[in-house]
Amino acid sequence: MADNREWEPKIVAFCCNWCSYGGADTAGMGRFQQPSSLRVIRVMCSGRIDPLHVFNAFLEGADAVLVTGCHIGDCHYVNGNYKTQVRHQFLEEMVKEMGLEPERLHLNWISASEGEKFANFVRDVTEQIKKIGPSPLKPEGVN
Amino acid sequence: MNAISRDTGAMSENRRFIMDQKEIINDTKDADEPRIGVFVCECGVNIGGVINCQEVADYAGSLPNVVNSSVNKYTCSDSGQSEIKQAIRDNDLNRVLVAACTPKTHEPIFRACVEEAGLNPYLFEFVNIREHCSWIHMQEKEKATRKAKELVRMGVSRAIQLEPLESNEVPVTDAALVIGAGVAGMQAALDIADMGHKVYLVEKNPSIGGKMAQLDKTFPTNDCSICILGPKMVEVARNKNIELMTYSEIDEVDGYVGNFKVKVRHKARYIDTVSCTGCGLCVEKCPVEVPNVEFNEGIGTRKAIYVPFPQAVPLRALVDRSVCIDCNACVKACNSSSVDMEQEDSFSELDVGVIVVTTGFEVYDPEPTHDFGYGLYDNVITGMELERLINASGPTMGKLVRPGDVTSPKRIGFIQCVGSRDKNSNRYCSSFCCMYALKDAQLIREKYPDSEVYIMYMDMRTPFRNYEEFYDRARDMGIKFIRGKPGKVTEKEDGNLIVRVEDTLTNSILELDLDMLVLSVGAVSGDSNERIRQILKVSRAADGFMMEAHPKLKPVDTTLDGIFIGGVTQGPKDIPYSVSQGSACAARATRYLSQGKAITEGITVDVNEDVCVSCGICVPMCPFQALSLEEGKLNVIKALCKGCGTCAVACPTGALQQNHFSNNQLLAQVRSVFAFEEE
Repeated sequence: MADNREWEPKIVAFCCNWCSYGGADTAGMGRFQQPSSLRVIRVMCSGRIDPLHVFNAFLEGADAVLVTGCHIGDCHYVNGNYKTQVRHQFLEEMVKEMGLEPERLHLNWISASEGEKFANFVRDVTEQIKKIGPSPLKPEGVN
Repeated sequence: MNAISRDTGAMSENRRFIMDQKEIINDTKDADEPRIGVFVCECGVNIGGVINCQEVADYAGSLPNVVNSSVNKYTCSDSGQSEIKQAIRDNDLNRVLVAACTPKTHEPIFRACVEEAGLNPYLFEFVNIREHCSWIHMQEKEKATRKAKELVRMGVSRAIQLEPLESNEVPVTDAALVIGAGVAGMQAALDIADMGHKVYLVEKNPSIGGKMAQLDKTFPTNDCSICILGPKMVEVARNKNIELMTYSEIDEVDGYVGNFKVKVRHKARYIDTVSCTGCGLCVEKCPVEVPNVEFNEGIGTRKAIYVPFPQAVPLRALVDRSVCIDCNACVKACNSSSVDMEQEDSFSELDVGVIVVTTGFEVYDPEPTHDFGYGLYDNVITGMELERLINASGPTMGKLVRPGDVTSPKRIGFIQCVGSRDKNSNRYCSSFCCMYALKDAQLIREKYPDSEVYIMYMDMRTPFRNYEEFYDRARDMGIKFIRGKPGKVTEKEDGNLIVRVEDTLTNSILELDLDMLVLSVGAVSGDSNERIRQILKVSRAADGFMMEAHPKLKPVDTTLDGIFIGGVTQGPKDIPYSVSQGSACAARATRYLSQGKAITEGITVDVNEDVCVSCGICVPMCPFQALSLEEGKLNVIKALCKGCGTCAVACPTGALQQNHFSNNQLLAQVRSVFAFEEE
């Protein structure tokens, strides 16, 4: 379906229940307006975010994937976000291997009170992705 | 589309038959092919004003396995919940999806609702189309509706994969820990103790009482602070259910609701607190004098061995070894041989069921930024320093003198909002500074009728009973109010201060020559709060204070079951409000203690033994030691598992799966983000 509306990227965000999901909620409560590009998937801890989920998101058509969690030292499960940080290095390598631009994968720590930060983050990433265009891995005809 | 009837009138024969059959249906419901009911909430205009909810519901009705979809005005209301229950019965639903607000507040409500209708609560799926959609795309109605449809599509795909889970019931240790013995903590401890439960009250300072013990008078009644607090402090010490641990710090907290294990460090006082009587003979003999920063804000001195303040509870001495010269004069002076220089820190391990955090606040410190010359000019002081200066038991016995030359100031100015309502320091209003400045100004005018007192303010904030009247009284007493924040403060040779301020009401620039300047500083959370917060993993709000579970409905709960916050720990507030929160914490916490049990989440990990190769990679991943390899087999201790799912990621064979967040469920969600555009 070809239409003339401006292309909007599709960004998948994995958010932990305690911090970044709450940050997205706080952004809503503060009515911080954002592009409608984001699709949030809630997990209990950022440590639950499997590279498998991230790769699948790219293969299905994500223009960018955001991995978010509690600030280091604030993890509800002691140190889940440290593991996320380590796994992220691997993810960055793999994103490169897959031929994707590094801007398509982001790791960010956002607390439940940082609604404005969450909104700015979504806005920034959406802008970046709009500049570089749709993901080369996006299957044809999919959005 | 298959909209459900809103008719809640007489029960039809058919329905009655279904209700009679409920038990039978329930047994088979969960195992059947998914039959999903989708309920799209308009939340008044919160969602309905942006998103075309009917379009979303219609779209949901076209998705696989959705047998019923409808729009409600308020799904969480009694009638909305009745509709869900009715739809479950009428349509044999075995999954329910609500597209509404955030699961953080409303998931428990809907889980309970579907459970009442006979569904396993974990077969409920929540889709957030308010905080994550309508509220953040208010000007883009079409895009918001499109996004809402996709979010519902993701939710449906996940709902298909949901599996029933059982919640766990855990026993609750019948004891509470209260951290911080200021007025809020004391109130919480007393209330819990009076309800018949054991309380450990841990205070980092050598005496209980908190900041309130330092104050001179309290607004709006101007009654003596320690006179109303002192008896309460004694009550705390006498209560048989309260075990007081002063000069003690929380080192570690482990466990979960009902079963917290707490390690407390009792700092060495170098005094045997059992035999010490607080007589003060040792203090008299001690030759070392240092500024009294602990209680008198650095005004006046104390000895190396000292009793915190005359009304201290417990009234016992302690030795500051960092300044002690080991002359042993105190050891010789003590009649009861209570001084023990060899004492070391000791430790206690406590088992408690609930934790109340009332760790209070620090006063904002204007020193590093030299706000209005503080720290540069001797006669610029903070509100807390003034409290000690005008306190009858303070270092000057209540005689107001200025620090520069110890003379009585005649012209005194207050500057409001120092370190508050300022983007460069703290954005928030500390709420009590207007009132304490009014109080101190009145006390000065009462004591020294020939004094001139100016209050320079941005806005006077005086809510609550008798506060505005208190402000009127200050005006009537001749206190001069200048609406404006000073631009510049300079010191003259005689120590007087020239304050340049614009009176924005008369549009004139004033230059005041004042003898002393008082900065009405606000509250900040401070390092020791931050340490406790990190130990407990309580969320931090943007202002640095601890964050409540819900700003309106759960003001003293945290997102962690069994942990409560009260008083200024949660944000700046005055004494009556802190006391109320102390009581509120006690009431909330005692629910667990009196029931003796708590329900914990059914979300844990499970191991598929057919796939597990016992490699053990997952074992060190678990921060709670819930995983172990025993005789070549992986063992999951459900009571220890908190369901973070970190181990499941590490598992190379996929044998470990986190319930409710399994790969199937998450991948279904990921896949359904996308669709061919023709759809």
